[in-house]
Amino acid sequence: MNMKPFAVLISMVAMLAAASPLFAAGGGNLQQANVHIRDTAAAQRGAKLFVNYCMACHSASYMRYGRIAKDLELSEDAVLENLVFADAKIGDTMDIAMRPADAEKWLGKVPPDLSLIARSRGVDWLYTYMLTFYQDESGGWNNLVLPNASMPHVMWQLQGIQKPLYATDESGHEAVDRLVLHRPGLQTPEEYEGTVRDLVTFLQYLGEPAQLQRKNVGIWVLLFLAFFTMIAYLLKIEYWRDVH
Amino acid sequence: MPSDGVNKKRRRFLVATTSAVGAVGAGFAAVPFISAWQPSARAQAVGAPVQVPLDGLQPGQILKVQWRGQTIGVLRRSEESLSLLPEVDAELRDPGSEQSEQPGFAQNESRALREEYLVVNMHCTHLGCIPQLIPEVGAQPFDDNWKGGFYCPCHKSKFDMAGRVYKGVPAPTNLKVPPYSYIDDTTLVIGVSPEGVA
Amino acid sequence: MAKAENTSATSGNKLLAWFDDRLPVSAFWNNVMTGYYAPKNFNFWYYMGSLALLVLVMQILSGIFLTMFYKPDAELAFASVEYIMRDVPWGWLIRYMHSTGASFFFIVVYLHMFRALLYGSHRKPRELVWIFGMLIYVALMAEAFMGYVLPWGQMSYWGAQVIINLFGAIPAIGEPLTEWIRGDFFISDATLNRFFALHVIALPLAILGLVLMHLVALRENGSNNPDGIEIKANKDENGIPKDGIPFHPYYTVKDIFGVGFFLMIFAFVIFFWPEAGGLFLEHDNFVPANPLVTPEHIKPVWYFTPYYAILKAVPDKLMGVILMGISVAILFFLPWLDRSPAKSIRYKGAWYKIMLGLFVIAFLRLGMLGMAEGTPAQTVEMRVWTFVYFAFFILLYFISPGAKTKPLPERVTH
Repeated sequence: MNMKPFAVLISMVAMLAAASPLFAAGGGNLQQANVHIRDTAAAQRGAKLFVNYCMACHSASYMRYGRIAKDLELSEDAVLENLVFADAKIGDTMDIAMRPADAEKWLGKVPPDLSLIARSRGVDWLYTYMLTFYQDESGGWNNLVLPNASMPHVMWQLQGIQKPLYATDESGHEAVDRLVLHRPGLQTPEEYEGTVRDLVTFLQYLGEPAQLQRKNVGIWVLLFLAFFTMIAYLLKIEYWRDVH
Repeated sequence: MPSDGVNKKRRRFLVATTSAVGAVGAGFAAVPFISAWQPSARAQAVGAPVQVPLDGLQPGQILKVQWRGQTIGVLRRSEESLSLLPEVDAELRDPGSEQSEQPGFAQNESRALREEYLVVNMHCTHLGCIPQLIPEVGAQPFDDNWKGGFYCPCHKSKFDMAGRVYKGVPAPTNLKVPPYSYIDDTTLVIGVSPEGVA
Repeated sequence: MAKAENTSATSGNKLLAWFDDRLPVSAFWNNVMTGYYAPKNFNFWYYMGSLALLVLVMQILSGIFLTMFYKPDAELAFASVEYIMRDVPWGWLIRYMHSTGASFFFIVVYLHMFRALLYGSHRKPRELVWIFGMLIYVALMAEAFMGYVLPWGQMSYWGAQVIINLFGAIPAIGEPLTEWIRGDFFISDATLNRFFALHVIALPLAILGLVLMHLVALRENGSNNPDGIEIKANKDENGIPKDGIPFHPYYTVKDIFGVGFFLMIFAFVIFFWPEAGGLFLEHDNFVPANPLVTPEHIKPVWYFTPYYAILKAVPDKLMGVILMGISVAILFFLPWLDRSPAKSIRYKGAWYKIMLGLFVIAFLRLGMLGMAEGTPAQTVEMRVWTFVYFAFFILLYFISPGAKTKPLPERVTH
């Protein structure tokens, strides 16, 4: 079989791959979240964190409580008890009571719905975001990943309060060099990283609940297609004996 | 081109095998598309079971709720109404509820799980209007010997206090009974049969 | 004309005969399948046509089902896509089939077009095959552009904004034209709804018609082949090309294998890498469209980026639009630009290998630069490769007639 066409194609793909840093998302200083989406326990803990810390302001309007029960191996009663605070039913979506008009008035900006935040920002961004809140000179909350974010550090009691250390960079500008823990929280830095990892695991699940099913089905599909292709190949070479 | 028999057999075998595996694959591929037509999670949520609290409901009173786009009536029946049910059997099209639609537990004289409460789909089995409840016993313009029941104003169908249809009216079958069960003595849930969700 | 009766026929044959009396079923089958002789030396590049047809069918099938759940309303569209992804049973799979299929359509079509550049499949007498193919390509680009607006994410909205604004560069008629395209003073529900109608009905019908014409034109002269010689020049005593083999069963079984292999790659992406790192499903499109917030980085989907880079390379808005238009339009003229006696790269001199290689590199680099932010260094590089892109066509015209070719074979080789 003439391999030249393949050689041409492979070298084109290789060139694209070699230049692939061009494809990488911006914001290079993100920490690795190391989320394992099949860690159901982490996702369950994350669900509880999400409902307790985030849902005061952020809805997840595309997600239904009942789906969490099914996918994260929880009973409907457990979900209703631990995750549903208002009188929502199991089939309802994770909406919040705060209306956008009020949110804008009270908070300055409408906190975005978080159903898809893991797909638009990525888990590493979210992980780093929740780790790099600090108190700046004005006494308010700021964030390294999203400078001047309107959001306060909702989990400050767990992490503690970080403060920035400044340094002058090459162009003479003073910028935050790194953060140090000024006042410890209820969790150690490792424990807090685990907490954020749990939350981000849940957020990744929230972005695409079908991903667990998708990969499981995919394995079978690929196996079947490999089997079919093999048989089709045997059929092809049998007929092509005539030609060669 | 080779023409010996072995070759042809192999080709037939390979064609058959490829076709069979391909057909199986096509069958698998059809599953997601056909399943997509099933009621979605949103439809399931909107069509979720409805709880009905029974306290405060008086004999002869009906409470109406919506379930899966249908109006469901929960009627509390008096002892008198229940005792009169067998007396109208002769005038009914289907007194034993053999042609009509109801869960197994409702194929009895009172057409209910517990005879005190009738849970019934209020849509007339003729063309879907909602009949009026007329529980009092006594002469009515449409029936001198009225023993209580439902009267449909659209085309004058009549049903007894168990939703069973009279003879000689346009409606063909008894009013339907949806799946339901009791959560406790004062709450029932429509959409969940005693074995589980409908 | 009387049709011969077959008295000792099986029931299957009798059924076929019933149809044959009323529709040209057997005649058609003999004409395009068993009696159509294709060159026997088709290689890897020759899978792409049947694969493109496969992808078209898959897009139509998945598209129809998406239309059952999608709502073409600016207020409802984004949520309806998430409804498909979460609430509709297997909706996520149908959506990924469609989004992955769109990108794979372009991968297959670009490889399919490249084959023509390799072997001269677009040259006389097959110019119309190429022209219909180019019309399919343009229709496909419009179809993909409009399809991408439908989810009504940030990229949908702002991509539409940027591309429609390009029309505003046309002098005098530009502004009224963009307003007419939008159906409103800004990108809005009116725009979304008409793009939906065009994407679901008008363009698919046009594409189907053009594909039919493309295949009819191909059938008229038969396929070219990697050696670029005409197999009809060498027929045996029965009038059958010596280097030809009947399409059925040889290319039917080969294409079935090709389909199997292709579906494995396709399935891998759908089930394990549907976003393709943000290339097939862009991250910003998971944010609902917001007219008040412009994304940091607006760029078209990968298959448009080469042309987008050419647009960005030119400092003037109108000239950029014109040059971008020419970069697509010039492809229509390709059959008449290559005047070499040899159709196939195998028998042209090294000059063509170098030029085609540079053209490919230019197209790929332009594609990558089209995705980037556009730093001054990148802009310089975009201009270099834009020059190379156009130089290919111009130099081809002038070099091809005189350049030495290797002697063409009588019969096909490999």
